[in-house]
Amino acid sequence: MTEFFLFLSQINPGELWGIVWLSLWVSGAGLLLATALALPLAALLALKRFPGRDAVVNILHTFMGLPPVVLGLLLYLLLSRAGPLGVLGLLYTPTAMILAQTILALPIVAALAHSAIVNVDPVVRQAAVTLGATARQQAFTVIREARYGIVSGIMAGFGRANAELGAVLIVGGNIAGYTRVMTTSIALETDKGNFELGIVLGLILLALSLLVNLALRRLQKRGQSAGAELSSWA
Amino acid sequence: MMTKMVLILALIGALLIVANVAAAETRLRCASTTSTENSGLFKYLLPIFEKKTGIHVDVVAVGTGAAIEIGKRGDADVVFVHAKEQELKAVEEGYFVNRHDVMYNDFVIIGPASDPAKISGMKSAPEAFGKIAAAGGPFVSRGDKSGTNTKELAIWKAAGIDPKGQKWYLEAGQGMEKTQRVANEKKAYTLTDRGTWLATKDKDKLEMVIVLEKDPVLFNQYGVMAVNPEKHKQVKYHEAMQFVDWLISPEGQQAIAGFKDARGNQLFIPNAK
Repeated sequence: MTEFFLFLSQINPGELWGIVWLSLWVSGAGLLLATALALPLAALLALKRFPGRDAVVNILHTFMGLPPVVLGLLLYLLLSRAGPLGVLGLLYTPTAMILAQTILALPIVAALAHSAIVNVDPVVRQAAVTLGATARQQAFTVIREARYGIVSGIMAGFGRANAELGAVLIVGGNIAGYTRVMTTSIALETDKGNFELGIVLGLILLALSLLVNLALRRLQKRGQSAGAELSSWA
Repeated sequence: MMTKMVLILALIGALLIVANVAAAETRLRCASTTSTENSGLFKYLLPIFEKKTGIHVDVVAVGTGAAIEIGKRGDADVVFVHAKEQELKAVEEGYFVNRHDVMYNDFVIIGPASDPAKISGMKSAPEAFGKIAAAGGPFVSRGDKSGTNTKELAIWKAAGIDPKGQKWYLEAGQGMEKTQRVANEKKAYTLTDRGTWLATKDKDKLEMVIVLEKDPVLFNQYGVMAVNPEKHKQVKYHEAMQFVDWLISPEGQQAIAGFKDARGNQLFIPNAK
């Protein structure tokens, strides 16, 4: 334990705080954006029938396995000054990193939320119909019932974003004090041969992940009790 | 629920815009190499420059090949690397202007303490490479188009040997320090820069020694150049030139000479003309 603090003292606290904060901001904002886009998409795929629906689900599942380094390279070429979106000047900014996180987390959240909604007992929807719910109300009832699984999907999305290195390294550039996050710091310290420091940073990253997951778990448990209430109402 | 989502999206959008505006102070982007960043040179040098000019320099540290490419695409304002021939070629192609020598360090050939190919005492790097090849190496190469890799390939060429694909020739595809560690594990020879070697040989417990040094071929020149504003209108040419001019000024040169690693070794010798 004393060794832990010894290694920690090698890092300037202000710098470390900045890196931790940026990590949370980049993966948090990316996850929020991904979730905001993924949930309506998942609901649409689960509740509406339209041609090409299976194809979209297959694409989502495929993109769950998109190698981050490939996405990073694609985004680099898009956002580069010489690329089609170069005028935006987004390359090597936290915004570019958030964009990468959004694209990486979106298929995971959408695919897992989709299975959660699909797996809701059809009785729930039928009950809502009997109670005279409109189509919109039916949809919300089903989604609410699937909340537990949806939050699991969000957690998995956060895991992906938080652990991600390849894409944020390429589009962020690991610029000290600007785009350096936990994972890119760990890669840099490993390059420099500061293995112990790298491990310590990794432990801090895990601790952060634990905190975020505890918060999401609370949300998930609330979802459970809300579901219980709903069934008693139905 | 829908309105909430729209609100959240709008809020994130607004925050992103604010964050970008806040970041729009005088920032200069410098594409450079891992050796300058990892040695701690930039951490020492850039605050001095920022204090004098108010310009904050953001460093993107990649291999020399990637750094030049990033500059060519206009994704950096200034490029600070160590592959003089490649730099001059890119200047000739019109991608960069005002290239200057800034400083140098040198490469050394390192190998296992037992020196199985009997290199110690030799003076010529190409001859030493010839002997390593004849002894069946092994030799670990960066294999990543970095400045060090470029130098290594030039030496093989001078030795008249094409090492690619030979079973004693291992391409690590990694940074210098990792490559040294691979060489250490494989009891192999490799080419490294003296800065990385001095900074890491004890820390990494490398059981290796310098087997050849000081051949003029092993000279490692660092240069700086500004991205040509005629190619990319958005580059901060004025600030880039302030950085270039400062690096080659007596003041900047003195600052470079004053940089020492944790053990007190001077890692870079200023030599701007």
